[in-house]
Amino acid sequence: MAFCALVSKKALGSALRSGAADLGSGLCQIRRLQTFSLPDLSYDYGALEPAISGEIMKIHHQKHHQAYITNYNKALEQLDEAIQKGDTSKVVGLQSAIKFNGGGHINHSIFWKNLAPTNEGGGEPPKGALGWAIDADFGSFEALVQKMSSEGAALQGSGWVWLALDKELKKVRIETTANQLQSSMSCCSTLPGENFTGPPGDKGATSGSLLGIDVWEHAYYLQYKNVRPDYLKNIWKVINWKHASDAFDGEAA
Amino acid sequence: MLHLFIVTLLYFFGYQKQKDQLRGSRRTSRIVAFYGLTAPPYELDALEPYMSQKTLEIHWGKHHRAYVDNLNKQLANSPLYGLTLDELVKVAYNNGNPLPEFNNAAQVWNHNFFWESMQPDGGYMPAAGLLQQIEKDFGSFPNFREKFITTAMSLFGSGWVWLVLKKEEKKLAVVGASNAVNPLVWGDIPIITLDMWEHSYYLDYRNDRGKYVNAFMDSLVSWQSATARMARAEAFVNLGEPKIPVA
Repeated sequence: MAFCALVSKKALGSALRSGAADLGSGLCQIRRLQTFSLPDLSYDYGALEPAISGEIMKIHHQKHHQAYITNYNKALEQLDEAIQKGDTSKVVGLQSAIKFNGGGHINHSIFWKNLAPTNEGGGEPPKGALGWAIDADFGSFEALVQKMSSEGAALQGSGWVWLALDKELKKVRIETTANQLQSSMSCCSTLPGENFTGPPGDKGATSGSLLGIDVWEHAYYLQYKNVRPDYLKNIWKVINWKHASDAFDGEAA
Repeated sequence: MLHLFIVTLLYFFGYQKQKDQLRGSRRTSRIVAFYGLTAPPYELDALEPYMSQKTLEIHWGKHHRAYVDNLNKQLANSPLYGLTLDELVKVAYNNGNPLPEFNNAAQVWNHNFFWESMQPDGGYMPAAGLLQQIEKDFGSFPNFREKFITTAMSLFGSGWVWLVLKKEEKKLAVVGASNAVNPLVWGDIPIITLDMWEHSYYLDYRNDRGKYVNAFMDSLVSWQSATARMARAEAFVNLGEPKIPVA
């Protein structure tokens, strides 16, 4: 194992070429570090106006999301190096950067899919299974919207407000998370107490972030300034409920 | 005679009204302490171009004002009235289990301190005693500057970065803290602060936090106010005998 860790792709390649046949490829696997890149939006930056301005969408996507990806890639590279060297304290020290930047990448990737222009179905309330689940767990669609908006507005500092599916209990619930933490219902569990609301994230298998709304100030400041409630009132006009419904149908099956 | 009568009548009515008011206020009100919105010690356009007038108008006029208004609203139904703002912040922090009043109280305090931490034509370097202390505790002023900037840039999410005088260790340090937390809650003495919430820089710098932090260090930070704070702090922390040069 230690030998394998020291052998880089180049060295292994040259060893094989020089006929060192006992260095079978079964001995070690060459690990290639995957780098991540910015996913494209399926709509123009200006397509969500007037709910969210084109200027915000452009900066949010090209600068903020890109920065998370860049820093995530950098942290992964450093992590790889630290693992190779066996530098435990460095490995541990990098966890918060990975969690924050990787989390930012995950959350924003979900977010772009949660939005759609009004002429492509944005804002249309969900029908079918998700619609019924919302009615069952919140009373009505309007009640859900109202509750999610008020929880998002009340969140102090930076974070996200989620509509998540608890597969175990087969209920949809609202959650808020701080900074770039994932919903506890997502694949990547968080520690108890790290989320503002919702149960501790030890439900690894119950993945189901149906819908997330970014309430970091950068998501709305240029247009709405300090009036986060207005942002939360208008964003419902461009929420892609079809995507949420598909996610629900996929998970709840 | 009539004139005297009218004057007496008017006096009598005035007295009744006063009595009514007193009686009314005794019936329905109690003494409450409210906090006010402190204005920055300079005009709202005085920090241009490093911090625009528009930013000051919204940051002070909307965000800071909202914290004050919401705090006052909370205090109308809370037992936590009658404290100084410093005391309220510490009490509401409740040793890490913050009460609902903490966020508003701390943010009011933080923003008051932030306006004070800046001045028109700020930046450059501190002088004399404060500079000596910085050089003693950080090695050099450039070291301190780098530490401050790095700490600011590595804050995740919303928060503030502080230059504090640590009471126990009796030295200056740079600390970052999330959301509304400030050094009062752990007993240290703030010397300067920089608001790293996005609303503080977004209108002027968009996502370019580095440019904002550098602009603060180079052109906004008020070393005058920091020196005054330091002088006050030395009443509470013994930093050793002053080095009096021998003739």
